Amino acid sequence: MSVYPYLIAAWLFGVGLWGVINSRNYVHLIICLTVVQASTYVLLLSVGYVKHGEAPIFAGISTKSRIVDPIMQALTLTDVVVEATVVALLLALVIQANKRYGTVDPDAFVRMRE
Amino acid sequence: MRELAPLSVAIPLLGAALLVLLHAALGRLATDLVAIAMAATTLVMTVLLIVHVGHGYEVYWFGGWHPRGGVAIGINFQVGAVGGGLAAFVSLLMVLALIYSTRYLGVESPYYHVLMLTFMAGMVGFCLTGDLFNMFVLFELMSVSAVALIGYKVQQRAVLEGALNFAVINMIGSFLFLIGIGLVYARTGALNLAQIGRAFTHTGNDRIVVIAFVMIASAFLIKAAVVPFHFWLSDAYAVALAPVCLLLAGAMSEIGLYGIARVWFSAFAPALGTGAATVRALLVSVGLISALGGGAMALVEDHLKRMLAFVTISFVGVFLVGAGLLTEEGVAGTSVFVLADGFGKALLFACVGILQTRFGKVGQRRLFGRARALRGTAFLFIAGGFLTASLPPFGPFLGKSMIDDAALKAGYAFVPALVMLSSALCGAAVLKSGARVFLGWGTPPSEERDEADEETTSEAEDLHDRTPAVMMVPTVLLFVGAIGIGVWFGFADLAASASRTFVDVGAYGTAVFGKLGHLPGGSSSSPAWFDYLYCTGATLLAVALAAFGLWGREAGRRSQRILLAAKAAMTPLRRLHTGRVGDYTAALALGVGLFAALMTLTLR
Repeated sequence: MSVYPYLIAAWLFGVGLWGVINSRNYVHLIICLTVVQASTYVLLLSVGYVKHGEAPIFAGISTKSRIVDPIMQALTLTDVVVEATVVALLLALVIQANKRYGTVDPDAFVRMRE
Repeated sequence: MRELAPLSVAIPLLGAALLVLLHAALGRLATDLVAIAMAATTLVMTVLLIVHVGHGYEVYWFGGWHPRGGVAIGINFQVGAVGGGLAAFVSLLMVLALIYSTRYLGVESPYYHVLMLTFMAGMVGFCLTGDLFNMFVLFELMSVSAVALIGYKVQQRAVLEGALNFAVINMIGSFLFLIGIGLVYARTGALNLAQIGRAFTHTGNDRIVVIAFVMIASAFLIKAAVVPFHFWLSDAYAVALAPVCLLLAGAMSEIGLYGIARVWFSAFAPALGTGAATVRALLVSVGLISALGGGAMALVEDHLKRMLAFVTISFVGVFLVGAGLLTEEGVAGTSVFVLADGFGKALLFACVGILQTRFGKVGQRRLFGRARALRGTAFLFIAGGFLTASLPPFGPFLGKSMIDDAALKAGYAFVPALVMLSSALCGAAVLKSGARVFLGWGTPPSEERDEADEETTSEAEDLHDRTPAVMMVPTVLLFVGAIGIGVWFGFADLAASASRTFVDVGAYGTAVFGKLGHLPGGSSSSPAWFDYLYCTGATLLAVALAAFGLWGREAGRRSQRILLAAKAAMTPLRRLHTGRVGDYTAALALGVGLFAALMTLTLR
């Protein structure tokens, strides 16, 4: 098993988080969150990957052939669905923020506190 | 009987779907009744389940996919008394919160009810499931519902900010959880907790297992809002509707801690057992920092809900001390304390909700002396303050004394004194605010300095001029619950038996793969004389601190100077709570990094 997918996952996680920390725009911030999330896809899929494995669909291939792990693919798919919900909810909140206050800058919200 | 386990998640989900479908036909009253009925059904089912499991386990396999040849293929719900008990407690709080919200201003049918039901389904399922990935999915269901509920009054700036901060931080938490799950699967090829536990007995600990534990534990610590992962909590609890706060403070934070204990005792203990001392030291010290920091922040907070949010952080710290001892006694004490304090904190939030529907404000300065007429609420709130300060012999006292005893037994002799200090701080914060708001005691606030008077906008469009009975009755019941757990000592023995099973990795695995024989019950010792001493001391200290806070400014130059110095000392800590999600994320990253570094360096 190659170490590169894990490095890529760590990199995606790091840059995404860096973006979230430094973002000046909520939409940008949420996109950065999805970059962090992409790291989980890469990690899960590489955990389930089998070298020279086929897609785990037993139509037209022998049941004895080497396949990649379908469980990890199922987890990734669930992950996509679940997080899509959260992102949609977050973006809905940002739309509200823009509608009412005309800004999507987290710092502008903080300044409104005073 | 075992079918009750999946049904207690399916019923509220079904109810939520029905309410969406029928909302045009149903009026407000019918919607309320359907939601309450669904929550009550879940409550009855979970209570039946815990009575049935005793101190064993009940295992339900979805689709009848039982383990074959010692391999768990399907997904199971595995109900023990601790998880089942927490699920029943969640349902009970939900029933009370839904009754409370029937006349709560600003609640609109049916979406509020739908979200509350899905929120409950997520929490109940999380307590019952025996599968790591299933835990993740239910955890997400709970979080998404919570985001929507916190952001319910989306018209206000503070609400938007609270909901966004909550969502972003908790989303990062769920990514950490998922990474942990991926690593666990990479190491063991399993997602069932019992199966993971079995695999870990063979693999032992290595760096991947350690990192996986760090990731999963961090996700739960974020949900539980332990320092330094707590920043989102004060923003979110300050803006959520009071009945939602009942659930958030009474159950959701605690569920995060349940998650840590569950994965530790059913899966990770065999692999990381040799490093238990490190994990214990780490969790206990982080817990103590939360307990003391939360208490200190609560004492200087003006906004009532935000004050209670810091009290929540402080108590979660104490729970973490109890659960983090990783012993049977620690888990038993935490279980008792979680229930007793869950009632207590829900009671306080319910009282604040009553204030809010009567006056439309939640700032102590704004409310100063205005609630004199609310005698019943005043009694309940101030009694809640004494419960918070762990006045013997009521519920929080019993839980706290059990945690103290467990800490002494584990060799942490300094824990009881610090825990006492934290309850004194929290108790003082609640008592002080109660005395100011309900009795008008202390120095009246000066008009020109309203620095802390943020977010006092009302949730309500028009206010009640009498407290509705449907709000008062649940509040009184919460009070009875907090008192009752302490007075009925049999409850401590039940918790002890439940915890003995909970910490038994072998029994957990056997329940999945074989047939679980009869397990011995446990019993708890009644509180010792020094427990009474400590907790009475905490109560007295709380009263003294509250009095000092109320009248210190008038009492003379020296006390005035001490008060100012204390306030100045807290300023840097308060400045840390910026409300900027980027700052919170940086604190989170730092916390996880430190946690991972400490664990990988010490666990070899």
